[in-house]
Amino acid sequence: MAVFDPFSPEAMAGRAKGAPQPMWVERVPVAVWVMAVVFLTMPAWAGTFWIFQVMGWSFILGMIALSLMFLAGYGGMVSLVQMTIAGLAGYMVAILGPTGTAAVSLGLPWYVYIPAAIVIAAAFGTLVGALAVRTDGIYTIMITLAIAAAFFYFTRQNYTIFNGYSGFNLVLPPALFGVDWRQPVPFYYLALGCAALCYGAVVYVARAPFGLALQGTRDNPRRMAALGFNVTAHRIFAYTFAGVIAALGGILLVWQNAQIAPGTAGLPAVFDILVIAVVGGMRRPEGAFIGAFIYVVLRTYSPDVLTAFGLSNERFKLLIGLGFLAIVFFSPDGVLGLWDRWRARARKRRDPLTGQPR
Amino acid sequence: MEAFFRRHPVWAAIILIAAAAAAWLILAPWPPALEEALGRKRVFLNAVFSGITLGALYFLVASGFTLIFGLMRNVNLAHGSLYLLGGYIGYEVSDATGSWLLAFPVVFVIVAALGVVLQYVVFRRMEGEELRQTLVTIGLSVVVADILLWVWGGSSYQILTPDWLSGPMDLPVVAAVRENGDLVWLRYPQVRIWILIAAILLGVAMWLVMNRTRVGMLIRAGVDDREMLAASGVRIQLVFLGVFAFGAGLAGIAGIVGGTFQSLSPGEDTRFLLASLVVVIVGGMGSIPGAALGAVIIGLSEQIGLVYAPTYSVVFTFLIMAAVLAFRPQGLLGRSR
Repeated sequence: MAVFDPFSPEAMAGRAKGAPQPMWVERVPVAVWVMAVVFLTMPAWAGTFWIFQVMGWSFILGMIALSLMFLAGYGGMVSLVQMTIAGLAGYMVAILGPTGTAAVSLGLPWYVYIPAAIVIAAAFGTLVGALAVRTDGIYTIMITLAIAAAFFYFTRQNYTIFNGYSGFNLVLPPALFGVDWRQPVPFYYLALGCAALCYGAVVYVARAPFGLALQGTRDNPRRMAALGFNVTAHRIFAYTFAGVIAALGGILLVWQNAQIAPGTAGLPAVFDILVIAVVGGMRRPEGAFIGAFIYVVLRTYSPDVLTAFGLSNERFKLLIGLGFLAIVFFSPDGVLGLWDRWRARARKRRDPLTGQPR
Repeated sequence: MEAFFRRHPVWAAIILIAAAAAAWLILAPWPPALEEALGRKRVFLNAVFSGITLGALYFLVASGFTLIFGLMRNVNLAHGSLYLLGGYIGYEVSDATGSWLLAFPVVFVIVAALGVVLQYVVFRRMEGEELRQTLVTIGLSVVVADILLWVWGGSSYQILTPDWLSGPMDLPVVAAVRENGDLVWLRYPQVRIWILIAAILLGVAMWLVMNRTRVGMLIRAGVDDREMLAASGVRIQLVFLGVFAFGAGLAGIAGIVGGTFQSLSPGEDTRFLLASLVVVIVGGMGSIPGAALGAVIIGLSEQIGLVYAPTYSVVFTFLIMAAVLAFRPQGLLGRSR
């Protein structure tokens, strides 16, 4: 084969039989090293707006979309409730921790409210999962969408817990280790660290026994059940795992915005997460972050472009919606799918024997 | 009916007792002890009637949704957008011509035509790819919502009730008893009662069409097994087009009704999308009687919840949905497949 693919069956077999095992450092693809260097040095050469607004937000939305990608790509369950789980985690941080809305917030210390927020959000995700796995396919979309919408209307209506329409403001990260985590550079590294952690966890779990079994239940639930796997339990646990990732994203989101309101987890935001995951591509975890980056760049810079064309900069949604429609029409597996097809075509253009262009 | 009684005697008894209790609560004058516990009867009755009339509106929106879903396996998440579009066009028509009734056929034709275009241009191309169709409808709902915001702005509109329908009417239901023993009848907005009657007539008509005509037979056959129907020589694309147009037109008409009852503003589309989703999940997917039952249940729980537990009323809706999903995932009147 002309292009060396480290994960192709031949390469895997060669590695298993070949004499010395390469060290783990050598097994990491070059692209990962390049990305790591770019991301780690970014604060040195990029402006604060770019690293805080664009990159920070991309990482956060990418994490929430990653949790959807995990469920949809590996579990075959398109859950629209991930933004709601993120929103619930953000709300829990605001309700349990100190905020500017002192009348409702409890003001507990950080080592209580951060784990509590993650646990509550993951428990909520598990509960939703337990309801949603009773059906499958498009029914899952309907049920999770209904739950997401119900959460939005509930937070807007309820003043005793969620402080209704106005939500919470001045939700700031705790000053751990003497660092103000809301400054652009610390926040960038915090978001980068969490995103890398979640990405690594998803990549790891996808190849761990649990992830493989989950992919088995996606492809053929009856066969997996016959093999003795508990399909329902695998699916519900996938919701729990995705819930933890979404909760992390939600906590970072509320810290970045320093406020949370019902609109944070409203239906437009829920659809945005789906758009991000679909545009990026649901097959691989990178897709979520690529989709989030495209979304954030469009969202940040489209007003300028729209104004240049003489349109009001509020037409941004139209642009996103049309772009999403175009992706769904022409490349259902997203930008990553486009990339894969382009590579396949480039590979086909070479001669398989000599590796020379035809 | 009889079979149900024979198979589930306990459930039948519980349902009968609950129905009798509800009928007593609505029809009889309340004793003072009950008024102390639950508040004035007038408030309760108003909540019940608002719930039923809201249920009528939900039925108009959700019956089209459930028909489209049952036949084409297409979760049309742009259904709420069709509702809002119908409402806005209805507002323009009734504002320009001054005729409330004229708005109904105009909106039905326009929105149904849009439905035909959607089905013919978009969904026919990706038949069988359920997930992709659903994603397309999400994209469409985002685009349509933004175009509507562009054209009609963010302010809220209300369609004026025509003179001959405005004002209250007396219902043969006792609202309270005066000191001197006179009965006070419940007064309720006339337009809501007529809309309720119209929705019931429409529901009965739909049931008759579905169960007594050839078209209905084709649709029912398509819901059960569309491949077999297509194989037996029916031009199923025409049936799809007709059903999609009818469902979309119903959503548009519901927009006028909603604009008269309540108001039209951006965000109403997602509200009615949620309502149709919940109604269809509770009632059973693809079943029109199910949509009617679900609509009344959800409308009642919303309005009664709003009166007795204002900040938690959405939770009741959610709990009803969760309970149905937990014990009867196919919906109350849905068939398991």
